[in-house]
Amino acid sequence: MSSLRKSLFYRIDGIVLALYVALVVVGILAVFSVEHRTTDVSIIMMNKSYMKQLIWFGYSLLLGMMILLTDSKFFSSFAFLAYTIGLAVLVVTIFAGVDVKGSRSWLGVGSFRFQPGEVAKIFTAMALAKFLSLPETNFKTLKHRLVGVAIALTPALLIILQKETGLALVYFCFFLVMYREGLPNTVLVIGFSAIALVLTTILLDRKVLFVALTVVAGLVAWLMRTALRRRWEPRALLVGIWLFCILFSQVAVPFAFKHVLQAHQIDRIYSIIGKDVPDEYNQRLVAGEEKKGNSSEYNVLQSKIAIGSGGFWGKGFLNGTSTKNQFVPEQNTDFIFCAIGEQFGFVGSAILIVLYVSLMLRIIYVGERQRSVFTRVYSYCVASILFFHFAVNISMTVGLAPVIGITLPFLSYGGSSLLSFSVLIFILVRLDADRQVLIR
Amino acid sequence: MSAAQNPRQYVISFIFIGVASIILLRLFFLQNFESKYKILANDIAIYKKVVYPPRGAILDRKGKVMLSNTTIYDLMVTPHNVPKTFDTAQFCAALDIDKAGYKKIMERVLSRNIDVRQSPFMEQLSQEQTARFQENAYMFTGFELVERNIREYENASAGIVLGYIGEVSPEMLKRPRYASYRQGDYTGFSGLELQYEEVLRGQRGVHYLERDKFNRPRDPYRGGTLDSQEVSGKQLDLYLDADLQAYAEKLMQNKIGSVVAIDPKTGGILTMVSSPTYDPNLLRGRDRAKNYAMLYRLATRPLFNRAIQATYQPGSTIKPMTGLIALATGAITPNFGLACYGSYNYCGRPIKCEHKDAGHAANFRLALAHSCNSYFCHVFRLTIDYSKFGSVRDGLQVWHDYLSAIGFGRQTGVDIPFEGTGRVPDSAYYNDRYKFSWNSCTVVFVGMGQGELSVTPLQMANGMCMIANKGYYYTPHFVKAIGRNENDSLLRKYQEKHVVLNIPDTTFSIVQQAMQDVVESGTAVGAKIEGITVCAKTGTAENKAIVNGEVIKMQNHSMFVAFAPRENPKIAIAVAIENAGFGAEWAAPIASLLMEKYLKDSVSVKRKAVEDKMLNAHLINKYVYTIDSVLRLHDAQVYAARMERKRIADSTRSANAEMMLERWINQKTRKK
Repeated sequence: MSSLRKSLFYRIDGIVLALYVALVVVGILAVFSVEHRTTDVSIIMMNKSYMKQLIWFGYSLLLGMMILLTDSKFFSSFAFLAYTIGLAVLVVTIFAGVDVKGSRSWLGVGSFRFQPGEVAKIFTAMALAKFLSLPETNFKTLKHRLVGVAIALTPALLIILQKETGLALVYFCFFLVMYREGLPNTVLVIGFSAIALVLTTILLDRKVLFVALTVVAGLVAWLMRTALRRRWEPRALLVGIWLFCILFSQVAVPFAFKHVLQAHQIDRIYSIIGKDVPDEYNQRLVAGEEKKGNSSEYNVLQSKIAIGSGGFWGKGFLNGTSTKNQFVPEQNTDFIFCAIGEQFGFVGSAILIVLYVSLMLRIIYVGERQRSVFTRVYSYCVASILFFHFAVNISMTVGLAPVIGITLPFLSYGGSSLLSFSVLIFILVRLDADRQVLIR
Repeated sequence: MSAAQNPRQYVISFIFIGVASIILLRLFFLQNFESKYKILANDIAIYKKVVYPPRGAILDRKGKVMLSNTTIYDLMVTPHNVPKTFDTAQFCAALDIDKAGYKKIMERVLSRNIDVRQSPFMEQLSQEQTARFQENAYMFTGFELVERNIREYENASAGIVLGYIGEVSPEMLKRPRYASYRQGDYTGFSGLELQYEEVLRGQRGVHYLERDKFNRPRDPYRGGTLDSQEVSGKQLDLYLDADLQAYAEKLMQNKIGSVVAIDPKTGGILTMVSSPTYDPNLLRGRDRAKNYAMLYRLATRPLFNRAIQATYQPGSTIKPMTGLIALATGAITPNFGLACYGSYNYCGRPIKCEHKDAGHAANFRLALAHSCNSYFCHVFRLTIDYSKFGSVRDGLQVWHDYLSAIGFGRQTGVDIPFEGTGRVPDSAYYNDRYKFSWNSCTVVFVGMGQGELSVTPLQMANGMCMIANKGYYYTPHFVKAIGRNENDSLLRKYQEKHVVLNIPDTTFSIVQQAMQDVVESGTAVGAKIEGITVCAKTGTAENKAIVNGEVIKMQNHSMFVAFAPRENPKIAIAVAIENAGFGAEWAAPIASLLMEKYLKDSVSVKRKAVEDKMLNAHLINKYVYTIDSVLRLHDAQVYAARMERKRIADSTRSANAEMMLERWINQKTRKK
């Protein structure tokens, strides 16, 4: 069989690579559009972020080249070792990290800085893939399932200790991978329901939520009317779930907000979502103090202004008045999507989203065509990480999700982010090139 | 490994697509249906910069710049950029302030604005401050000089003519005239600056700039396609002769009065002086309000334009007109004579005449040359009593119409604002005043330029133009061309010839001949200019001041009107000097020197003595100050009394209201 194999170049998945390059180029152009001034004499200015990003792209391609020239078995063989080293670095970072805006998630070596939490995603993905592809692993047993969860969440724990909660949340995306590999359906349902319940409790008005929950429960009861009539367990379960949701949203949360949590903690929670603290929970307002706006709210408002003002067709390249003039904070990194939304409008945004979704679906397709479980699991890891970053980042710029500082893959300015996503993609491409080989 | 398709890959794909769809839906609504974000984006990111064009310059008849713009500097500071190691001592030395002052200004700047934004530190630096700052500018990081245009008067003369500009007040902004202005704009407040505001001002431009979150302007918005360009103000070319003006102001120093000289051929005003003058450069820049208050408080009232606003009884200078009208109506012939022996006795109380010798009023020429009061009083009476007109009422009306046609008793229409009218009494005026019981004897003083008649110096000069031109004049005006265009629509009304009631040329010749005699053998021999035929008339106007109800007789006004040369008139002039004495003594030599200067370009050495006498004369009487303070005190009392009355009325009204309320409450409670 090996004699029939074509050379490596022909075995590389062109679509994944093309989408990857397209997204990176869009990112560099987006950073350029934000930073360029008509007064600039030249486009090539080394002190500007877009030039730095271009250089990082160069490094990424170089690293990608090296990865492609590595034997694919290397990645599975060294998966656990790399994971262990990664964990060690994360632990070191807790103590030796550079303090950036209150979190200690950055390691500094000279003028060079990087975030181990970004890179640890790669090792975690490899370790999870390795574990799931081990012949002795039986993912149907509770023990092995717990081991899988532990592999995925240990880095998250360490990153929470570094006070970089947003980045830690990314690791929850590995549940999607484990779901693919055999975690029961209920995990997914319960997970999504929990997220939905927490978000709606904070975002929606209490009375509206009560009505909505009751309507949903009624709807479910009607759909399952035959089953409910026959046995008492489902009846009890349904009522139990409904009661739990009601108690959680109507009693527990308001009680906690009013009597347990301190004012600054409530502020913090609502600033994460980018919303005003409702008057009933606002202890400051009750005490007669003046209301003060919080910074996340300002960020989201500016971001919405930038994106909303883009309209259907956008303001045109280099005409983004909000992004160009630094109204949106962090607009090179976390809020880079504003530049697209403002300058290219709904059309441009939609095209970008289609690019992302195509890349993710392509990666799933690539994963499913593998002989080896290692590569398949790894593919799902990459797709899940991309999905989580993409969904949360864009949602937060349009006010659908809390403002947690995670980057938009390939587009956001920043060496750590671009390099780690590039490595993820290139390893995938390398492994995929050997899809006929069984990698253990 | 598994050959069969795992269904869970579709679940995961579905999740991906589902979440992406939710985001797309949100984006769709955000970008297409929430227009408030578009408005907000424009509000925060677009900065409208108003660019003021330079104001038009004003040039004299020879192209000499009289009023132009100059650049001054405001010192701006961006506190954020001022380094910690800033050399405050050196900076304070350059600006001539102390450290405490620096601190105070800096605190004020910081309290008004955030530190990344540029704010004014000190406005309108003096030249020394600017120079010292520029020398060491490289050391003063964070500070920057910003250019600003202000008006500059080349010479300290012609202030009342040129006028001045100032910031529009909030009250002015409410008026429709200032609809296109906004807070902080400058506008003309007086003189030509006010009259020609629209052309001098130009058109301001609006540039749209993008600004960043610190409100700092950045790139032009949409490449500047929405911008409107500023249009510079137009230049004004005047008839005014800057040299003559300066010379006239010099001659008029230490005197109260005015000079108006007009070119009869065009109606262009060559000189207009209201003495005492002020330095127009005082009324610009940061000290304008302070200096204005100072000038306003002066007893000699330099801001009052006597040349167009002050009205005087013309005295004998009206006699050429009286004679002209009498001749024109046919009331007398040139040979008409009157035997005058020092007084006019036909109207009860004798009217004094300066001349006693027999025959000084043997005919019109002699009478005008010697300025015989009796003769002109009689001629005036003959005119208004002339049988042709029927009654004295109609006769006076005809006389009034003649003077009105010449430009007396109404605004001439000169192109600077706030012109006075003077007064030429008509029959209605006397009917009202004397309840219809009056005759030519009642009003006889008007014939010799006293009584109810009053004129402005500008009207006097304009009257001379009419005689010089033998029957027509142009409305006196300053501006020859607007933006180098002599046919601008604004100037059309000044190119219109005003012909006065078809008086034949021969009549003018007679009057001109008599006026020539005034200079050659009459009362104004001192006004003679070698080689030039001057026609003139002196005047000595009696005047009284009414102070606190008491009538005080004051020193006579010295008046003089003239034009020259007779054959080809190039200048007509009127000089009025308040409380100076005889017209021949002061006003005549000054007018004569000015005419010589204008016609010959220089004053001959022979007249040096006269010139020195005029330059050194100090003719401001002490009682000017007394009268002024009395008047101001009176005004203040009137004002205080008015305020007091208003206060009493207010308090009475509120007391009434209270009483009514009390009564009403009482009524209600009683019912219960």
